[in-house]
Amino acid sequence: MRCRGHNRSGSEGVTSRRVNQDLPVIARFEVRYRNYLAPDGSIQRPLPSFASDSKLLIELYRSMVLLRLFDRKAVALQRTGRLGTYAVSLGQEAVSVGIASAMREEDVLLPSYRDNGALLWRGVKLEEILLFWGGDERGNQFSGPVHDFPFCVPVGSQAPHAAGVAYALKLRKEPRVAVCLFGDGATSKGDVYEAMNFAGVHKLPLVFVVANNQWAISVPLRQQTACETLAQKAIAAGFIGEQVDGSDVVAMRAAGEEAIAAARDGNGPRFIEAVTYRLGDHTTSDDAARYRPAEEVQAHWKEEPIARLRAYLVAQKMWSKVDEERLAADCHAHVEAAAERYLATLPRRPETIFDHLYAELPEVYAAQRRELAGEHDA
Amino acid sequence: MPEATLVEAVNLALARAMEDDPDVVMLGEDVGVNGGVFRATAGLQKRFGAERVLDTPLAELLISGLCVGMAAQGLKPVGEIQFMGFIYPCLDQLVNHASRLRNRTQGRLTCPMVLRTPHGAGIRAPEHHSESTEAMLAHIPGLRVVMPSSPERAYGLLLAAIRDPDPVVFLEPTRLYRAAKGEVEDDGQALPLDVAFVVRKGRDLTLICWGAMLKETMAAAEALSAEGIAAEVIDLATLKPYDEDTVLGSVAKTGRCVIVHEAARTGGFGAEIAATIAERRLSSLLAPVTRVSGYDTVVPMARLEQYYMPSVERIMTAARKVCQFS
Ligand SMILES: Cc1ncc(C[n+]2csc(CCOP(=O)(O)OP(=O)(O)O)c2C)c(N)n1
Repeated sequence: MRCRGHNRSGSEGVTSRRVNQDLPVIARFEVRYRNYLAPDGSIQRPLPSFASDSKLLIELYRSMVLLRLFDRKAVALQRTGRLGTYAVSLGQEAVSVGIASAMREEDVLLPSYRDNGALLWRGVKLEEILLFWGGDERGNQFSGPVHDFPFCVPVGSQAPHAAGVAYALKLRKEPRVAVCLFGDGATSKGDVYEAMNFAGVHKLPLVFVVANNQWAISVPLRQQTACETLAQKAIAAGFIGEQVDGSDVVAMRAAGEEAIAAARDGNGPRFIEAVTYRLGDHTTSDDAARYRPAEEVQAHWKEEPIARLRAYLVAQKMWSKVDEERLAADCHAHVEAAAERYLATLPRRPETIFDHLYAELPEVYAAQRRELAGEHDA
Repeated sequence: MPEATLVEAVNLALARAMEDDPDVVMLGEDVGVNGGVFRATAGLQKRFGAERVLDTPLAELLISGLCVGMAAQGLKPVGEIQFMGFIYPCLDQLVNHASRLRNRTQGRLTCPMVLRTPHGAGIRAPEHHSESTEAMLAHIPGLRVVMPSSPERAYGLLLAAIRDPDPVVFLEPTRLYRAAKGEVEDDGQALPLDVAFVVRKGRDLTLICWGAMLKETMAAAEALSAEGIAAEVIDLATLKPYDEDTVLGSVAKTGRCVIVHEAARTGGFGAEIAATIAERRLSSLLAPVTRVSGYDTVVPMARLEQYYMPSVERIMTAARKVCQFS
């Protein structure tokens, strides 16, 4: 059987030895694990109903393939000095694509810096994502849903925003849900605990999704937490947490659908721990070989989400070699065209750094703006 | 003497401090196996063990709070915050605890900790990685705020910070980590805290700066000398408490002062220096004290950050104006 938590041999024994067995048990909690597609694409348990929609499955597949190609292009741009630091989704494409696909347009996404897949699904253009990582604030003025938040760089700090957003939705009795994504490292932050706690107290329409890719830069999960699962952290906040095979996009979508529907119906928050693996470096500034054994990475390549869904689609005769080639060519062209549009976007004039500072620029700063403009006009 | 970059000098000082004093411990995100994302702690865990070079969970408030507790027990913790943009969760601990533990307990408990963090713009980093909020830290009574501008001063000042009996925030200019090279003797010699360094002598004008801005300020001073203006350059090095005597002495001699910092203008540390000069040396001033600073904007991302940071040209323009003032 697949190992779901990290190995903690003997820890249970230690705990039970310390606890007085005569005391009555007043509460028990459980954490469930969800998966549908095995790494070889075979079916583990009856698939959710949406899986009978082959068009939808192919759309999920296409988004993950597009994301992987986009990542490759972004890294190439970074390596040639045309993009700033960039974080790839390699190996974890199913997490953000799967979750975003379960959202309605009017729901609110609060992503971390690694959630390109979710933005893509929600209609953000590839060149806008490139602009952001290319150091241009216009990348955040994106064509996704207007309420969606930009990428969050300070780890975990979007979680309290998500609670605030969800509170607003509840206060106004809007049937909308906030979806907040972050990594396993973020679960160590007070921000995340505080947001979860509040969301539980107020039964907010909020779904927390942690992409547990096993590493926070060089720090492995077992140095981040002594918990067997991250999902169980929801228990302390008073709501359901479940663990999901985060490399199975069907499971991610199903978990997302269920949690979002429950939240929309007024049943309060949910927590989804997507167990996945970061196959790439943390970012283009990182060299994971310094701290991570190659064998570990190799082993996880066998579970990656794209090959898994492809295997299923092929087995179901929904997908052929010709389809694959056509898709690859289509995604390639899409990515290349976006990169060209990005590269052709000229920087703004320097003084535009004042343009969105306040609704109306106070005169003292208008003077600074002129100072900056004058200098570069001269 | 061997050459080192600024980040290598930091590494040398940390190793030396750990070698000399078994109470020195390192903690932070990725400081262990990975040696820090900038390699400031490279090799230390191998050399001193995982108990003294500790990879923490991703939690900045925890890192600073742990330092307070460790320090109160007589350890000498050196915490690393990966980028200054992530130091804000530490403010609670710095303002309410680290800086005043000695005072609160009337000396019964003390807090000899160091919190190190890269600082400033100019490396084309992602959003939130380029801020300069040293003035905010310097506003906290009971702290020391130190910012080296060369490998030699990084080495000597970091040793001093670790040996200091009170809490020190040590801001390392990210832009100079690899760009600044210099001779560093790993002799365990500390440099004095709270003392400014006069790095260039001159009679016409005083240029005051700290951290990465020393680079542009020195270049401006050189260029000005070709125009017949002899600028004295002061690297403030310690912002809290800052060396008023050196500043005032220089201004008394030159009568003119330009302060250069990449932090936003309003409430920046330049304002503090200008106020001190106005209070104590008004009579020796031949021109208004002038600031060259970042603008009062969010530090722009990579594409425009160069326009935000003071340039050699902006410093020279201000210096010329001050010199022509009548
Ligand atoms: C508050 C904060 N501290 C430190 C950093 C620097 N940093 C960027 S990503 C990262 C690791 C995050 O790991 P995790 O939350 O697991 O997400 P992942 O990158 O693995 O998706 C760190 C320490 C940051 N961005 N924000």
